[in-house]
Amino acid sequence: MNPTTITAPPGTPFIDVVREFEASRTKVFRASTDPELVARWLGPRELEMDLHSYDARTGGSYGYVHRDAAGNEYAFRGVFHTVVPEERIVQTFEYAGAPDVVSVDCTTYEDLGGRTRLHTHTVFPSVEARDAALASGMEHGIVESMDRLDEVAGGDLPLLPEDDD
Amino acid sequence: MTVDEAEGRLDRAFAALADPVRRALVARLSRGDATVNELAEPFSITKQAISRHIQVLEAAGLITRSRDGQRRPCHLDPAALEALTSWIDTYRLEVERRHRRLDAVLEEMEDQ
Repeated sequence: MNPTTITAPPGTPFIDVVREFEASRTKVFRASTDPELVARWLGPRELEMDLHSYDARTGGSYGYVHRDAAGNEYAFRGVFHTVVPEERIVQTFEYAGAPDVVSVDCTTYEDLGGRTRLHTHTVFPSVEARDAALASGMEHGIVESMDRLDEVAGGDLPLLPEDDD
Repeated sequence: MTVDEAEGRLDRAFAALADPVRRALVARLSRGDATVNELAEPFSITKQAISRHIQVLEAAGLITRSRDGQRRPCHLDPAALEALTSWIDTYRLEVERRHRRLDAVLEEMEDQ
């Protein structure tokens, strides 16, 4: 598996994700824009993915809903500001659970000769929104890791005692 | 455990580590179990003060104390510390999972 490089410097509203794929730029771009193909990889984990629309053309829009086993829904939508086939996609992204916090993704597709480097630069409206995005959706992960901590520590933790040293 | 409870636990654990003496104690325990007396040795503060720091770390789930005859050595469980930082990596895990799924889709696509 090729490594993923994630850069999110503290105090900035940016996240950069770089990853190389063992496929031609044509293929990677098609897998990123053909709704049927997108539906197969965009959804997180075991969640059900309901792709309402995915019109990856300049001025087009997209919307999809993730549904977990308990029936909870997580909706996302955005517009494609710029789509230059096989080169670049600039799109907005908004999670319905955090309305009006719109981030902009700029993804470039670099031809490495049969292989492709994908670079996504995401700009959030604020540092706080960026930090929240890094931490949220990740709630599952927090609970998971805390459940492990639970097992290690054994049982409920009391509140911290007063510490006046 | 709910997200709020998990967050509360993270708050307590990080609060416990927001103290140079307690971080030094955790660093010492990462090299092996030690009694309160042994832990107190390098510090110029009282054994009672060290005891109280130990209690804070214990309450935050970072260390445990076993009974070993008269001794009650403190033990740092590396998994407890790992659980504290794994939430930071969750974003990465999520992105990497998505990329692996894209790998699979690309592999199944017919060459063109």
